[in-house]
Amino acid sequence: MPENQTGRIKGVNGNLVTVEFDTAVMQNEVAYVEIGDQKLKGEVIRVRGNRADLQIYESTAGLKIDDTVKFTGEMLSVALGPGLLTKVYDGLQNPLNLLAEKAGFFLKRGLYLDALDMESVWDFTPIAKPGDKLVAGDRIGSVPEGIFTHYIMLPFRFAGSWEVVSVAPAGPRKITDTVAHVRSADGEERDVTMVQYWPVKLPISCYKEKLLPTKTLITQQRTIDTFFPVATGGTFCTPGPFGAGKTVLQHSISRYAETDVVVIAACGERAGEVVEILREYPTLEDPRTGKTLMDRSVIICNTSSMPVAAREASVYTAVTIAEYYRQQGLNVLLLADSTSRWAQALREMSGRLEEIPGEEAFPAYLESLIAGFYERAGLVLLNDGKTTGSVTIGGSVSPAGGNFEEPVTQATLKVVGAFLGLSRERSDARRFPSIHPLDSWSHYHSIVPAEDLAFARATLRRGQEVNQMMKVVGEEGTNTDDFVTYLKSEFLDFVYLQQNTFDAVDAASDDKRQKYVFAKVIGVLKANFKFDDKDQARRFFQELQLTFIDWNYIVFGSDKFKHQEEVIDAKIKERIANA
Amino acid sequence: MRKVYHKIIQIAGNVITVEADGVANNDLAEVTSVRGTSLAQVIRLLDNKVFLQVFNGTRGINTGDEVRFLGHPMRVSASDALLGRIFTGAGVPRDGRPEIHDNMIEIGGPSVNPAKRIIPRKMIRTGIPMIDVFNTLVESQKLPIFSIAGEPYNELLARIAMQAEVDVIVLGGMGLKYDDYLTFRNTLDEHGALSRSVMFVHTAADPTVECLLVPDMSLAVAESFALEGKRVLVLLTDMTNFADAMKEIAITMEQVPSNRGYPGDLYSQLASRYEKAVDFDGAGSITILAVTTMPGDDVTHPIPDNTGYITEGQFYLRGGRIEPFGSLSRLKQNVNGKTRADHRTVMDTMIRFYADYKETLEKQSMGFQMSNWDNKLLKYGKLFEKNMMDLSLNIQLEDALDLGWKILADCFDAAETGIKTSLLEQFWPKKD
Ligand SMILES: Nc1ncnc2c1ncn2[C@@H]1O[C@H](COP(=O)(O)OP(=O)(O)OP(=O)(O)O)[C@@H](O)[C@H]1O
Ligand SMILES: [Mg+2]
Repeated sequence: MPENQTGRIKGVNGNLVTVEFDTAVMQNEVAYVEIGDQKLKGEVIRVRGNRADLQIYESTAGLKIDDTVKFTGEMLSVALGPGLLTKVYDGLQNPLNLLAEKAGFFLKRGLYLDALDMESVWDFTPIAKPGDKLVAGDRIGSVPEGIFTHYIMLPFRFAGSWEVVSVAPAGPRKITDTVAHVRSADGEERDVTMVQYWPVKLPISCYKEKLLPTKTLITQQRTIDTFFPVATGGTFCTPGPFGAGKTVLQHSISRYAETDVVVIAACGERAGEVVEILREYPTLEDPRTGKTLMDRSVIICNTSSMPVAAREASVYTAVTIAEYYRQQGLNVLLLADSTSRWAQALREMSGRLEEIPGEEAFPAYLESLIAGFYERAGLVLLNDGKTTGSVTIGGSVSPAGGNFEEPVTQATLKVVGAFLGLSRERSDARRFPSIHPLDSWSHYHSIVPAEDLAFARATLRRGQEVNQMMKVVGEEGTNTDDFVTYLKSEFLDFVYLQQNTFDAVDAASDDKRQKYVFAKVIGVLKANFKFDDKDQARRFFQELQLTFIDWNYIVFGSDKFKHQEEVIDAKIKERIANA
Repeated sequence: MRKVYHKIIQIAGNVITVEADGVANNDLAEVTSVRGTSLAQVIRLLDNKVFLQVFNGTRGINTGDEVRFLGHPMRVSASDALLGRIFTGAGVPRDGRPEIHDNMIEIGGPSVNPAKRIIPRKMIRTGIPMIDVFNTLVESQKLPIFSIAGEPYNELLARIAMQAEVDVIVLGGMGLKYDDYLTFRNTLDEHGALSRSVMFVHTAADPTVECLLVPDMSLAVAESFALEGKRVLVLLTDMTNFADAMKEIAITMEQVPSNRGYPGDLYSQLASRYEKAVDFDGAGSITILAVTTMPGDDVTHPIPDNTGYITEGQFYLRGGRIEPFGSLSRLKQNVNGKTRADHRTVMDTMIRFYADYKETLEKQSMGFQMSNWDNKLLKYGKLFEKNMMDLSLNIQLEDALDLGWKILADCFDAAETGIKTSLLEQFWPKKD
C-alpha cells in the first residue's frame, strides 16, 4: 500500500472539517485529525478539487487551521468475529465498558479501543480441508460462542475463489491466530484469522439468494402477531409522538421476540434507557435458552449527547453486525430507536455542507438512504444452498409534532413491510401498546385465520363509527345493537389489543396462547347476546372484561387458566340468546 | 503575550469575522470597543478567517477594534466558593463580590459513559403533593415544566428549590425578567437556601449570546459538585429563550432552518444539555427541572416538541396548578413502589375519581340532573383541588397520603373506592 496521505485543515465548522490534500482521497475514507497527542476519527463525505470535507466523530474544539490530517485509505469498518455477543458498543464499535475502565465517568475524545478482545482464546474446530475451494462467506471452522456455534468464514472482502492451503487443527486458538492459509487463483496467498473487517456502509452480500420472507416472527405482542405481524427477514416501523410508547414497545420486543440474536441500536435517544438494558439484561433469563438475555444481544449505543456523526454511523455498525450473524445461519432482529435521530444527523451534516435542502431541510437523498438501510433486512439462502439466515429490521420514528406527514415517516412507510403507528390518543388514555388498530397495516401473515381477523377488524371499525355517532346523538340516540357492537369493540381492545408489559405473564403471549385466546375473543364478538337495556349490556361487558383480563394474567395451560376459562364460559352463556 | 488583531472584516448579527492565524476552534477572545471589553468565542474557521460570536453583541463594534485571543475555551470555576454566589451567563459576578478563578474547568464537556450510569432509584421529596404523590421526581431525572407565559412557573421553581431535599441547587436563568431574578434571589435568601445555591442569571436586558452560555455554565458547575458526591438540582428557566437565542445565531450564520426557523440541530443541542442529568455509579447526581414556555400554548411547537422527545416526562402547569392529566414522571414507577404500601393505590384512585369528577362537571354544565353519586364526585373534586393541587403546600409524602385517605373517606364509602380490602383495613380512616 502506498504511503498514506496527509492533509491540512483549512476550515472547521462544527463537526465538519475541510482538509486540503495533495494527491488522492477516497469518498468515505477514514482519516484522523491530529491534535496534540490525540487522534480524532473522521470520514470523508465530500471531495471538491483538492479539498475534502470530513465529518469528525468527535468534538472539534481546539482544532486549528493547518493541523495535520492523516488519511487511512480504508472505509469506516467494524471488526467481526466471536465475542460480539453481550458487548455494548458506541456507534464506532468502541466497547463502552472497557472505555469506562480506561477513562472513568466520561467518554474520552480520541480514545479508540479494540472492539473484540484480541487476547481471547476460542476452541477452534476446522471444517474446511486443504484443497477446498472457498468463496467469501464459506466456512473454514467454528468456535462455540455462548449458545451458538460461531462459524469462522472466508472474509467477506476476499473476492473470487480461494484454495485452502492449510487449516489449523482443532484446539484452543487466540482470536488473532491464523486459522487458515489460502491461495487465490492468481497465486496470491493470505492468512485468515478469526477477526475480519467490513465497511459498514456496504451490505454484506455473501449469500446465494434473497428469499421472500413468509414466516411470521413471533414477538409475543398480541397486537403485532395477530393484527400487524412482522415476518422473519421483514421490516417494520413504529412511528409515534413523544411518550407514545416506542421505546417501551421495542424493549418488550427485544425481550420476548422469538429470534436468535437481537441487535439493539440506541440511536440518539436517552442514555437512561440504555442503562436499563445494560443493567437488567444480564440478570434476566431468556426462557428459550435458559441463559440471560444479554447472551443473545449486542448493543450499539450512541445516545443523544454523544457525537452526532457517530450517531449516523451507529445504525450502519448495528446492521453490519446483524448481517454478520445472519451469515452464521441465525435469525437476527435489529431494533433501532430512533431512526429519526439518524436522519437528523444527516440533516445536520447536509446543512453544514450547504447542500440544497429538501422538505424540512432534510437532504434530498434522505429517501434513498432510508430505503438502502431497510433493504439490508432480508431472509437469505447462504452459499451452501441449504442454510438460511435473516435480518429483521424494526425502526422507531419520532416525527416532529407527532405528525406522520413528515419526510422521515413518509420515506420509511414507502419501504417497510409493516407500519405500527403509535397514537397519542391511545397513550393518553393509557391504552398500551398504543399501536393504532385501524391506521396500522402489515403485508405479512397473521398467525390467526384471515376471516376471523377480518371480523375483528370490522368490529373495531364499526365500534369506532358508533362511538363517533354517540358523541353527537348521545347514548340515548343509539340503538342497542349498535351499542353492543361498540361494547364488543371496546372489549376486544381491553382484553386483547392492550397488553400489560409490566406483568410477568401478560407481557409475553406466545403464538399458541394467542391463537387460543383470540378464538375465544372471536366467539364473544360473534355471539348473539340478548340484553334488556344498555345498562345491562354495559355491566355484562364490564364483568366479562374483568374475568378475561384476569385470565391474561394466568400462566397458559395451568389449572388456574382452565378454571378461569370455565368462569368466562359461564359468563358468556348468561346472555346468549336462545341458550 | 497573545497576538492582537485589529482587522475585523465582517460584522453580522452577533458574529464578527477577523483574519488571524493559529486560532483554535471554540477558543475565547476579548473584543475591545468603545462599549468596553466583551468575550467572544470562535465558532467557525475558514482559511485565515475566524468567526467569533461576541457575547455582548456587536453593537458599537468598529472594524478597527482590538481582538485578543485568550488561547482557551470558555471556562468556569468549580469550587465551593461558588455557593451563595450569583453570576452572569458569562460568569461575571452579579452580586458585587470578587471574581472566582480557582479550579477553572471547561464548560460543555464530554458526555457520561452510559456504562457509568445507574438506574435511577431515589425519590426527591419536594413537599408538593402533586409531585410527590402523583408524579414523583426521581434523582437524575430531567423534567420540563410546560407552561404558558403568565403562569407562576418561576414561583414553582423557587418553591421546589426551597423545599427539595438536595445538597446543591444551581439556577440557570435565561431571559429572566429582572423582577423575577430578584424574587428568586430574595426567596432563596429568606429561606436560607441561598448558601447552597449557585445562580447564573441572564436577564432579558442582557446580550443574547450570554443566554446561550447559561445552561452549559450551570451544568458544568453542577457536574463538578455531583462528582464530589453531591445531589445537585439544576433549575433552568426559560429554555424557550435559550432555543430562541440559538435560532437567532443560526439565522445570522445563514444556516438553513428546519422547522419554523429553528436550526436542524435543535434536538441535539437541547439533548446535550438535558442529558447531563445523571446518577453516577459511585458519585452524586444531577437532576434537571426546566421551564419551557410553549409559544401559543402549542405543544407541537418545535421547542416543547423536541424537549418532550428528550426529557423523562413533563409537568403541564395550567391555571396555577400542575395538571393531573398529561403530566407524567416517566421514572416514578422506579420509586413509588418503595415509598409506602398505599402510594400507588392512592395515586391511581384519586386520579381516577378526579377524572370522573371532570366528567360530572361537564354533565352539570350541560344541565343534566345530578345523581347522588355525581354529588359525591363534586364534593370530592373540590376537596382534591383545594387540598391536593395547591402548589403552595409543603407536606411530607406520608402526610399527603394520609390526607388523600381522609379526602376519600370524607366523600365515599370504602366499598365505592374499589380499593383492595387489605389496604382498606390498614389505611381507611376509622370514623369515631
Ligand atoms: N406498554 C406500556 N404500558 C404501560 N405504560 C407504558 C407503556 N408504554 C409506554 N408507557 C408509558 O409511557 C411512557 C413513555 O413511553 P416510551 O418511553 O416508550 O415513549 P416513547 O414513544 O419512546 O417516547 P420518546 O419519543 O420521548 O422516546 C413510559 O415511561 C410509561 O410511563
Ligand atoms: Mg423513546
